[in-house]
Amino acid sequence: MKKNWPLWEVFVRSKNGLEHRHFGSLHAADAEMALENARDVYTRRNEGVSIWVVESKNITASNPENNGELFEPAQDKIYRHPTFYDLPDEVKHM
Amino acid sequence: MNTNLYNYILGIADNSLILGQRLGELCGHGPSLEIDIACTNISLDLFGQTRSYYQYAAKIKEEGTTEDDIAFLRREREYMNLLLVEQPNRDFGHIMARQFLFDVYHLLLLQELEKSRDMTLAAIAKKSIKEVSYHLRFSSDWIKRLGDGIEESHQRVQTAIDSLWTYTDELFHQTEADKVMIEEGIGVDVTKFKDDYLKRVTAILEEATLKIPETKWFQKGGKQGIHTEHLGYLLSDLQYMQRTYPNMEW
Repeated sequence: MKKNWPLWEVFVRSKNGLEHRHFGSLHAADAEMALENARDVYTRRNEGVSIWVVESKNITASNPENNGELFEPAQDKIYRHPTFYDLPDEVKHM
Repeated sequence: MNTNLYNYILGIADNSLILGQRLGELCGHGPSLEIDIACTNISLDLFGQTRSYYQYAAKIKEEGTTEDDIAFLRREREYMNLLLVEQPNRDFGHIMARQFLFDVYHLLLLQELEKSRDMTLAAIAKKSIKEVSYHLRFSSDWIKRLGDGIEESHQRVQTAIDSLWTYTDELFHQTEADKVMIEEGIGVDVTKFKDDYLKRVTAILEEATLKIPETKWFQKGGKQGIHTEHLGYLLSDLQYMQRTYPNMEW
């Protein structure tokens, strides 16, 4: 195809109670087609109960070049992690 | 053996087998990755339905018949599918037009078959309705996109509708087996929903800015096993493995 359809990002909720997760991307002419394509490409083996699609160009991404200033300062501050108490077994998906 | 019931089941199941095979030919050859997967998904839905019908038919036939015998070891004249579903994949317009003209019919048929006195057929119909509702949604969307798209897509899908229209009257023909099964409350009287079919097809075609063909001459014969020249080639592909290595198992 010389003229590709726009790219879409696909988010699928695999079970009620879980959040939507990024599953991948695909091409489609519009949102409706993106949903149908996502259904066929990503949920054909019973992977989902809900699908979101968003056109990739609408996602603003951080620049990997800025990773140092964005993320590294967080690495040496273990006191910011809530790891100093025990989680009860009943709490799932934390 | 209840020959009428057996033939009646094949009359429905063969459509799913042959259309499934046609769509399967697109595996790896679809116009885009997404559409390729969509078409093969539909193909697999149809094969799943075919298996349920053939397993039931094999039980009726006895004599040690299996679903594979029915699928792979009949001769061309013994397949009772509609001529519509054996038509080749000329272009994507043809593929979607064939799918759409069949899907509208298929859904109406299954919605009636769900009320059959035969519990097995009713159960297969009930399960298939969800699948076929999606097939119809997919093909209707594409008819609208292509018809109301650019000049070339409009032209191509109009050509496809025009050339396939001649096979649509056969959807409502009845064989002897059909008639006996209707009387017994097992079979579906397809003539009852012919008007509904035309109304539904017309509504989508109009929305797609396509013209309803004015052909008054229609092809028939598939239900009696008299097929177009395309079926033989399809079957030689479909049956190759079983014919070359008899009784082979996967």
